[in-house]
Amino acid sequence: MAKVKTRNEIRFILNGEDIALADVAPDATLLDWLRLDRTLRGTKEGCAEGDCGACTVLVGRLSAGRLVYESVNACIRFLGSLDATHVVTVEHLRGTGENLHPVQRAMVDFHGSQCGFCTPGFVMSLYALWMRSPDPSDAAIEKALQGNLCRCTGYEAIMRAARAISSYGKAAKDPLAAERKSITARLAALTDGARVEIGAGKARLIVPADADDLAKLLDKEPGATLVAGSTDVGLWVTKHMRDIAPAVFIGNLDGLCTISEDKGVISIGAGVTYSEAFATLSKRIPALGPLFDRIGGEQVRNMGTIGGNIANGSPIGDTPPPLIALGARLTLRRGGKRRTIPLEDFFVAYGKQDRRPGEFVEAVHVPVPAKATRFAVYKITKRRDEDITAALGAFHLTLARNGTVADIRIAYGGMASTPKRAFAVEKALLGKPWTEETVEAAMAEYASDFTPLTDMRASAEYRALAAKNLLLRFFVETTGTRAPFQVSRYEAAQ
Amino acid sequence: MTKHVPNLKAQKINGGVASDQRHDSAHKHVSGTAVYIDDMPEPAGTLHGCLGLSAATHATITRMDLSAVRAAPGVVDVLTAKDVPGENDISPTGRHDEPVLADGKVEFYGQPIFCVIAETREQARRATRLAKVEYKQLPFVTDIGELDPKKGKLVTPPLTLKRGDAAAAIKAAPHKLKGKMRVGGQEHFYLEGHIAMAVPGEDEDVTIYSSTQHPSEVQHMVSHALGVPSNAITVEIRRMGGGFGGKETQGNQFAALAAIAAKRHHRAVKIRPDRDDDMTATGKRHDFVVDYEVGFDDDGNILGVDFMFAARCGFSSDLSGPVTDRALFHCDNTYFWPAVHAQSAPLYTNTVSNTAFRGFGGPQGMVGAERVIDEVAFAVGKDPLEIRKKNFYGTSDRNVTPYHQTVEDNIIHRIIAELEASSNYERRRREIRAFNANSRFIKRGLALTPVKFGISFTATHYNQAGALVHVYTDGSVHLNHGGTEMGQGLYLKVAQVVAEEFQIDLDQVKITATTTGKVPNTSATAASSGSDLNGMAAQNGARQIKDRLTNFAAEKYQVPRDQVLFLPNRVRIGNQEIAFADLVKQAYMARIQLSAAGFYKTPKIHWNRDKGEGRPFYYFAYGASCSEVSVDTLTGEYVVERTDILHETGRSLNRAIDLGQIEGGFIQGMGWLTTEELWWDDKGRLRTHAPSTYKIPVASDRPKIFNVTLADWPEAHEPTVHRSKAVGEPPFPLGMSVLHALSDAVASVADHRICPRLDAPATPERVLMAIERLKAARPA
Repeated sequence: MAKVKTRNEIRFILNGEDIALADVAPDATLLDWLRLDRTLRGTKEGCAEGDCGACTVLVGRLSAGRLVYESVNACIRFLGSLDATHVVTVEHLRGTGENLHPVQRAMVDFHGSQCGFCTPGFVMSLYALWMRSPDPSDAAIEKALQGNLCRCTGYEAIMRAARAISSYGKAAKDPLAAERKSITARLAALTDGARVEIGAGKARLIVPADADDLAKLLDKEPGATLVAGSTDVGLWVTKHMRDIAPAVFIGNLDGLCTISEDKGVISIGAGVTYSEAFATLSKRIPALGPLFDRIGGEQVRNMGTIGGNIANGSPIGDTPPPLIALGARLTLRRGGKRRTIPLEDFFVAYGKQDRRPGEFVEAVHVPVPAKATRFAVYKITKRRDEDITAALGAFHLTLARNGTVADIRIAYGGMASTPKRAFAVEKALLGKPWTEETVEAAMAEYASDFTPLTDMRASAEYRALAAKNLLLRFFVETTGTRAPFQVSRYEAAQ
Repeated sequence: MTKHVPNLKAQKINGGVASDQRHDSAHKHVSGTAVYIDDMPEPAGTLHGCLGLSAATHATITRMDLSAVRAAPGVVDVLTAKDVPGENDISPTGRHDEPVLADGKVEFYGQPIFCVIAETREQARRATRLAKVEYKQLPFVTDIGELDPKKGKLVTPPLTLKRGDAAAAIKAAPHKLKGKMRVGGQEHFYLEGHIAMAVPGEDEDVTIYSSTQHPSEVQHMVSHALGVPSNAITVEIRRMGGGFGGKETQGNQFAALAAIAAKRHHRAVKIRPDRDDDMTATGKRHDFVVDYEVGFDDDGNILGVDFMFAARCGFSSDLSGPVTDRALFHCDNTYFWPAVHAQSAPLYTNTVSNTAFRGFGGPQGMVGAERVIDEVAFAVGKDPLEIRKKNFYGTSDRNVTPYHQTVEDNIIHRIIAELEASSNYERRRREIRAFNANSRFIKRGLALTPVKFGISFTATHYNQAGALVHVYTDGSVHLNHGGTEMGQGLYLKVAQVVAEEFQIDLDQVKITATTTGKVPNTSATAASSGSDLNGMAAQNGARQIKDRLTNFAAEKYQVPRDQVLFLPNRVRIGNQEIAFADLVKQAYMARIQLSAAGFYKTPKIHWNRDKGEGRPFYYFAYGASCSEVSVDTLTGEYVVERTDILHETGRSLNRAIDLGQIEGGFIQGMGWLTTEELWWDDKGRLRTHAPSTYKIPVASDRPKIFNVTLADWPEAHEPTVHRSKAVGEPPFPLGMSVLHALSDAVASVADHRICPRLDAPATPERVLMAIERLKAARPA
C-alpha cells in the first residue's frame, strides 16, 4: 500500500464560504458549531437525536463524481464527517430580488408555519425534495417529511405549500442548481486523497483516505470508534455524553461506498447510506421498498448505513432480519485479511457480535431471490412512519412443484436479544403443504422460538401475537389475493 | 420591509378584522430569522445551567456528594435547595407543595434536586452526571389504576357536580350498565423546549427572557424564590416555539433557577434543558380512569349518569384542581343528562406533576361522555350517531348543564346535520358494512362525534386583560398586551383589531414582545381566551385614544363629534378628509395624550365551587368531526382514511389562522388518542421521554382525505370581540372521531354487538387486544 499523505484540517464549504478547521473535537456536532461558533441560528435544536428535523440542513457531496444534496440532521452530524462537503443552511436560501425563496414563499402564502420553530427544518427538507423532484406526489412529500415533526399545523398547510412550490419558481434556476459546476469543482479540489488527522488523545479524530487506509489504521488502533452515518453514535454523544475518541469517520470513504452485483448477489459497501442502497435494492428486490420507506426519516436514511445498522448489533435494526431471510453474507476485514460469514452468525448475543479487534464490517452480500420464491417483510410500529420497530418479520419461501414448502427462512427483529431466525416455525412448515392449516399449526411454534420482552414500544403479549399473525398475513398474500392485507391508502372507489 | 405609504383613497384598510392575514412572523419563520430565546445574542459572560434530576421515584436523600460536580471543568456553582434565597416553592396555586429544588426528599423519578452552573452548556451537562446521590427508597405509586379514587391521597380538593337524583334515576331506568375507561396522558412536545435566560440588573433587579405562556406568574414565582418584590422582576417573551399549555406553569422552575444564579454571580444565566430532561421533569396532560354508570331506556334515551373522574396528578397540585374541575365541566359534552352526579379525584402519584394541556381536562371529560354514548348504543343496538342526536342538549328545554348553567347558544344540531350530509355518513355507513362483510382481515370503521367546549377561565378572576396602545406622531402604532404568542396568531389577531379600530393598515401596527413591565398582572395565555380577552383590552385602549382624537378634531375644526369619522388611513372631519397621521400630529401639538392602557373583563360569569353552581363559561364553541379508518385485524395497525370536520369560530377574525388551529388541533387530538403513549416502567421511570420513543403524528398520519370547513353562518351569541369565538382548544377534541372510528372497526369483528371499550391511546397494540377480546366474547 502506498503511503498516504496526511492533512490536519477538515475542509468544507459553508453556504458560500470556504471553511478550514484545524481545531475540531471528535464529538463536535454541526448544529452546535453553526449555532454557537457561527451564530447561524436559523437552524434549531428540537431533540438532539435526529428525530424531529428542526435542525435539518443540506449536505452536498460528490457521489461517484456527481454532486448530490441531501437533507441531514445537523444535531447528530459530526463536523469531522463533513470533509469535502457543501453545507447549506436556511440562511443560504435566496429568492430573486427582495423575494424569499420559492419554498419559503409557498410556506408563507399557504400558512405552513404557526410557531415557526420547526419551520426552517421543513423548509430545508422541502428544498431538498424540490431540487430533485419539482412536482412531487403527495406520497413523495410525506416521505420527504417523515423526519420533520410539527406540533402546530397538523401538516395540511405544509402539504399545500409543498404542492405549490414550483408555481413560485423553477428548480432548474435555483442558485444551487446554477452553481453546480463551480461547487462540484470546489469539492473535487477538496477531495485530495489525504488522510485527515486532528488532535491527540481525547481530542483525536481521523478521516482515513480510503478503505485500505482504514484497515491499516484500525489494525493499529482497534479501540477506535467507527462513525459512518452517526445516526447511532451521534446519540452516544448528545444523549450519553460518551467520549468517542479516537473517532474514525468512514462515511463517503472510497472503497466502502460501492454497490455492485455479481451472479445474482448484490454487494453493498458498509459506507453506503440507506438512501443509496435502497435505490438499488428495492429495484432488484421490490418487497424491500415499503420497508425501506419506513426506516427512520429522510435525514436518517441520508446519513445512516446498512453497514452501521448491522455492525451496531441492535436487536431492533430493520435491515438484518430481511437480509438474513434472504441468506445474506457479511465480509469482515482486518488489515488485508477478510472473512465472509452468514449474516445471522454475526449476531452472537445482545451487545455482542462476531467482530474481532481491529476488524470492521466491509460489505454485506445479498442474494437476489429467485423469481419463483416469495419474499416479504413486515414492520410493526406504534406510529407507521419514522418509528423504531416493535416487531419485524421477514419471510422467504420456496415452494416445491407439489405445493409443499421446499425451503423457508423466517427472521425476526424485536423478538429476541438479537435479530433471529424462527427455526422451530420453519421446521414446522418445511416439507408440508403450504396451506392455512399448516400455517396455523406452525404459528404455535412461535412460543418455542421467541420469548419477547415488554417495553415502551410493545408488551410481550402483543409482540408474540402480532409476530405470529404476520405468518398468516404472509400466507394469505402468497395465495395471490389482491386484497390489501397491509392497511394502506384508501382507493376511493366512488 | 419597505416603508409604508398609506393609501388615503382606500375603500378598506389592509388587514382589518375578518380578513385572512398570514402570520405576522411567517416570513421570519421560513427564513430562520424569527428570534426565539436561544437565538438571542447572549450577554458577554453568560453562564449556563443544567438540572440534576432524581434517580429515585420516591425516596429520602441520605447523602448528596456534589464535590466532583463542583470540581468539573467550567463549573462555577452548584445550587441546591438551601441556595434558594426566598421561598423554595413554585406552586402556582399557592399550595406550597412544589419546591424549586427537592429538599431532602424526592417524589418522582426525574425531580430536579440540584442545578449546575457552568461556563458552557456542555460543561454543565457533563458535570451534572458526576453527582453522587444516595437514596433511601420509599414505597411509590405511579399508576392510578392501582388506586381507589375514593380513598387515594389527593393533591387538591375534589369537585362534585350534581343535578337531579342520578342514583334514583339510574335505579329506576329500564336498563343500566357500569364501565371503566382509561384515557392516557400526553406530552406537549412543543418543538422549542423550555428555556429561560436571566440577566441581572442593579439592586434587586432581574430581567428574564422566559419561554412562558404566563409571564406574570414567572414574575411572581421568581420574586418569591428570590425573596424580592415583584417590581424587581421583569419577564419578557416575544414568541414561543409552541406551548399548548406546557408553558403555562412549567417554565417557573427554569426561570427561578436562572434568576437565582444570575443574582449570585452577577452574570447572565441561561438554562435550556435537553429534550429528555424537559420531557422527564415537566408535567403533561393528566391521564384519567373514568368510572361510569348510566341508566337508559329501550330507545337509548339516557336518564341518569354517574361519573368518577380519577386523574393522575403527580406529586403536587400544580393546576390539577382546575384541570380535574374542567373534566367534570365537560362530562356532558353536547348531551343533556337528565340526572347527573359527577365527582373528581385528583390523585397523588409519584410521577411528574401534571399540568395544563390544550383542553385542560375538558377533552378527558368529553371522552368519558362519548364512551357512555357508545355503551348505550351497543346496549340498544343502534348506530352511536343516533344515540348522540337523541341525547343532545335542546335549544329551549333540556338545556341545563350539570353545573346549572343554561346552554343559551346551542348550534350543535345544525353542525351535525350539515356534517352528516357533507360527509355522506349514511351512505358510507352502508358501504363500510358491505366492505367489512367481504374483507377477512381489514375492517373499516366510521364515527361522527360532536364537540361543545366552554370558554372562559373557570377561575373567574383570570378573565381580565390589559393592553397598552401608543400612537406615535407619524401615525404608527405600538401595541402591547398581556397575551403571549406561541404560534396561534394571537399577536396578529389583536393587531387586526387595533388596525380596524383606528382604520389604519395592519402594517402600521407594531406588535411587540409581551413584558410584565408594560402590561401588569396578566393572565396566562390559556383557556382559548387570548384573542377574546386581549383583543377586547386592545380595542378598549384604541378606543380611548380614538375618543380623544375625536374630541380634539371636533373642537379644533368646530364640527359635532358625529362628524368625525375614521375612514381607511384618514379621518373625515366635517367636509374635509385628512390623513390619520396628520390628525395625530396635530393632536400631539395640541398636547393630546396619545397613549392608553386598555382593559377588559368578561361579563356575566360567576362560579360557586362549593355549591357546584354558576355560570363558569361566557359561551360555548361547537364543532364536529367524522372519521373513517381501516384496521388490520392481524396486527392492530390502522390508517385514517378520511376525516371531515365542520367547526365554528363565530364571525372569524382571521379564517386562515382559525383553519390552522382547527387542522392542527384535530391532528394533535388524534395523536393523543392514537399513537402518543406515555409509558412508565416498574421502577416508576417514564421511558417515553424523547421523540424516538414518544410518537406524535407525522405528515403521513394525516387522514388521506381531509376536508375541513369553517362554518360561515354562526356569530357569537354574546358581544365578544367582533362576535368572533375562541379557537385554541375547541378543535382538539375533534380527534375523538378517530378513536370512535377505530372502536367501530373493532366492533365489527363481533358483529357490532359488543361495546369494544377501546381505551386511549388506541395504539395498534390496544386495537389488536380489543379485537382479540371481542373475538373471544362474540356469540358463536
